[in-house]
Amino acid sequence: MKLSERLKRWDVLYFFLTNNKFKIGIGILLFFILLSVIGPFFVRYTPYEYAGAQASPPTFDHPLGTSPFGYDLYSQLIVALDGTWLVGLIGGGVATMIGLLIGFFAGYKGGFWDELLMMLTNILLVIPTIALLVIIASFLNSRSVVLESVIIGLTGWPWVARAVRAQTLSLKSREFVNLSKISGAGTLKIIMEDIAPNMLSYVFMVFILQFGGSILAIVGLSFIGLGPTNSVSLGGILQDSVLWNALILGYWWWMIPPGIVITFMVASLYFINMAMDEAFNPRLRST
Amino acid sequence: MARLLDVKEYKVYYQTLKGQIRAVDGVNFFVNADEVFGVAGESGCGKSTLGNSLIYLKAPMRYAGGNVILDGMEISRLPDEIMKKMRFEKISIIPQFAMDAMSPTKKIKNIVVDLVREHDKKMSEKDIIDLAIKRFKMVGLSENVMNMYSIELSGGMKQRVVMVISTLLNPRLLIADEITSALDVSSQKFSVEMLDEFKEKKFVSSVIFITHDISVLYQIADRIMIMYAGHVVEIGNTEDIVSKPLHPYTKLLISSLPKMGVQFSQNRLTGIPGYPPNLLNPPTGCRFYDRCPLRIDPQKCKNEIPPLVEYMPGRYIACWAYTKGNDKNG
Amino acid sequence: MKKYLTRKIIIYLITFFIAASLDWAIPRLMPGNPVSLIVSRFAQASSGSASQASLVTKQMFDYFMQAFQLNIPWWEQYALFWRNIFTGNLGISMYLYPEPVINIILSAVPYDILFLLPSILLSFWVGNRIGAWAARSKKADNILLPTFYILTSVPYFWLGILLVWIFGTLLRVLPMSGAFSYSMTPSFTFAFIFDYLKHWILPFLSLFIVSLGGWAIGMRNMIIYELESNYSRYMGSLGASQRLIRKYSYRNAILPQVTGLALQLGTIVAGAITTEIVFSYPGIGYILFEGIMNKDYPLIQGCFLFIIVGVLLANFVIDILYMFIDPRVRIAYTEG
Ligand SMILES: Nc1ncnc2c1ncn2[C@@H]1O[C@H](COP(=O)(O)OP(=O)(O)O)[C@@H](O)[C@H]1O
Ligand SMILES: [Mg+2]
Repeated sequence: MKLSERLKRWDVLYFFLTNNKFKIGIGILLFFILLSVIGPFFVRYTPYEYAGAQASPPTFDHPLGTSPFGYDLYSQLIVALDGTWLVGLIGGGVATMIGLLIGFFAGYKGGFWDELLMMLTNILLVIPTIALLVIIASFLNSRSVVLESVIIGLTGWPWVARAVRAQTLSLKSREFVNLSKISGAGTLKIIMEDIAPNMLSYVFMVFILQFGGSILAIVGLSFIGLGPTNSVSLGGILQDSVLWNALILGYWWWMIPPGIVITFMVASLYFINMAMDEAFNPRLRST
Repeated sequence: MARLLDVKEYKVYYQTLKGQIRAVDGVNFFVNADEVFGVAGESGCGKSTLGNSLIYLKAPMRYAGGNVILDGMEISRLPDEIMKKMRFEKISIIPQFAMDAMSPTKKIKNIVVDLVREHDKKMSEKDIIDLAIKRFKMVGLSENVMNMYSIELSGGMKQRVVMVISTLLNPRLLIADEITSALDVSSQKFSVEMLDEFKEKKFVSSVIFITHDISVLYQIADRIMIMYAGHVVEIGNTEDIVSKPLHPYTKLLISSLPKMGVQFSQNRLTGIPGYPPNLLNPPTGCRFYDRCPLRIDPQKCKNEIPPLVEYMPGRYIACWAYTKGNDKNG
Repeated sequence: MKKYLTRKIIIYLITFFIAASLDWAIPRLMPGNPVSLIVSRFAQASSGSASQASLVTKQMFDYFMQAFQLNIPWWEQYALFWRNIFTGNLGISMYLYPEPVINIILSAVPYDILFLLPSILLSFWVGNRIGAWAARSKKADNILLPTFYILTSVPYFWLGILLVWIFGTLLRVLPMSGAFSYSMTPSFTFAFIFDYLKHWILPFLSLFIVSLGGWAIGMRNMIIYELESNYSRYMGSLGASQRLIRKYSYRNAILPQVTGLALQLGTIVAGAITTEIVFSYPGIGYILFEGIMNKDYPLIQGCFLFIIVGVLLANFVIDILYMFIDPRVRIAYTEG
């Protein structure tokens, strides 16, 4: 039993190392991590500093060009990248933690608590997150990246709770939990020894999805003018470009790179998630 | 007697990431026309794999060798287009998972009509429905069942509906996989009787009756095959197998059962200490070696697979104790 | 059936009650007095001489104290809030003063319906079809699945930006903004409808393409599960063609997709809001944006309520639909 379990682990690891989606996902992710580590060494301006040429296309001096106010867009992008990681980590983390606690508790306890918590979850799920975010953000005088991330996390947990609950129910119905029940182990012991380890990989996948979801949420929020008030954000750069007619004037260097960064950052996370999904559900594998 | 099905050195493996699971590993047997052929063995010994693969060999199952001859025709590697015609018309199955063999969102009527239409485009919907209703009545179901969804049926009803559907085109060979296992004692009895009646009425000619509960076979089987870990260990007439088992595994199996006469018991084949081997890396010799109380020639038993030999007319055994030169255990 | 509907209606009423209460409570829970906040930010935003600003500020402060009713006990404020909702009184817009908020929003609703309904339904339908197709062909799947994942990672509005840049700025074949040309007045003439469609197509595509990816992924995975299910295997054992088996699995796989549609509405709405901003498309999203840019709080709160009501209504419609396509729900509620 023990040996076969261990075999299974190696099996999964082997699958990852040979899975193209995983390799591509990790590759892109590492590229962006590298960009935020090395990128700052080449930043020569603060985001809102007059850097010289106005509305200049990419040049050697300004690798991503400048805005009509002469801001260096490369510097803005690199600074905004840090904020984006932060939102993903905090937003995804908060949503995963809350969702994990609530979903797990509901699934494990069952009965009244399950009904109550799931009703609450479903109600919050139906209320569009963006509407809640807008109403909260628009009444906040100053909005820091951290604060907005926490708020995004606070509105994102119902998805996690649902998924975790379903997973808990299916784990609960398996033999080994019954065994620990018969052997008289307490609830906490069962959770720590039987359910949690099985849940870990699953929770990690959920976290990855929430990470990506939080990034998309902050981007949307910044784009409608409710992003962080104290720093540049990718959505904010895009909002500026649209508000200052980059479209009509054809300043493509202003509006294209941030979108590419967002898309591939999120896509790399989804790729990793997809590879994990395939590793744990062999049926989904396509090759 | 004419042989309806002849299976030789047949192998079916499951392809997994870890490697091949050798679930059916070189089995030999035949099924006569107009008989019930019982297949018994512990859970996981490859009975369902054998039954399923005979009719529909689907990934992750993989054909790994041997021959399957149905009615004189080799069917183990037929192109799917030709095999499709054979299914349902010549060979059919009541799967072990009969409880969820029907899509939950379709009415029984639609399922029946769609499945028959795949084989007989000319048959009118009304004819199909009439035929099905006639058979449903035979198994004690009202014609209302036609307009129901499978979720509205009880377990016993589902089992009967699947039994009717599977035999609707009067196949020659029916594989009945654990049709009694999920049922209570009286429904078990009813299922077995129905199967008998279907045979009487010539809806089916022969039945391969798969079960992990050998006591059910006393009732219905003409001959019995005992499987262990992907191998056949013994084949013989029901009488002989039950009253005079020869293979050490069969002996333990029969002796672990309650006394004769206590039929349809819930008893499982758990009376034998130890576990069957892992079919991912099965032992090289006899697969029963680890649990075998006999081990007639330990060296040989451990390293060489005993062949299935006809020890007496109609009696086949795969054990080194019963091959020539080792015949000390008569 | 009645039981099912009653149950659903009660849940949606509770949801609306909670959402609307949040709409009322959040501004009051924020640090500081919401009226001072609004007024101070409005003063920052507006330009003009100091004395003029302070006069405006004073008037606005009075107006908002009136509007928020902060000088009466909170439960009376709350009761008043609900009375206003039921009488359709959502306050007066500041930015389009003295236009009532409800009128501004109602004028935007038709654009939203004509924009959202086709893009949501078509992307759902096409996405499911393509997803089912991907599940069928391993070769196609290797290309399609990653493509779908990239599509769901694109921010809706950024795809809009990309499309405008390509078709509006570079190729100059489609208009870049608005719902119709300035020179036109809405009418049922061919010329107007053609002009309308020309403005409609890019926003439609932005929403359509991005949501398509999500539906395709969901359907692809669901179909794969269904094809592995026992009923599929049984059908195959009885010689059913792949065509018939796929038909059956699609029928079952679509059910969780429909549930997913209800759950995804919020995300799609968010996408629609940002897309409307890119195209200056005069729906609720664009109005909300103007409200945010101009610190028009009554307008923001009004849009919030309308978005909630719209999403809840759509959810309700989907629930009714679901009852018809899933016999299990029907049976559970007629017999149990
Ligand atoms: N889909 C599958 N993939 C891999 N191994 C399988 C699969 N189905 C069954 N097996 C393995 O094949 C062996 C035989 O299983 P099965 O034919 O179902 O046994 P039985 O019907 O006798 O209980 C078992 O060891 C089982 O674990
Ligand atoms: Mg079986």
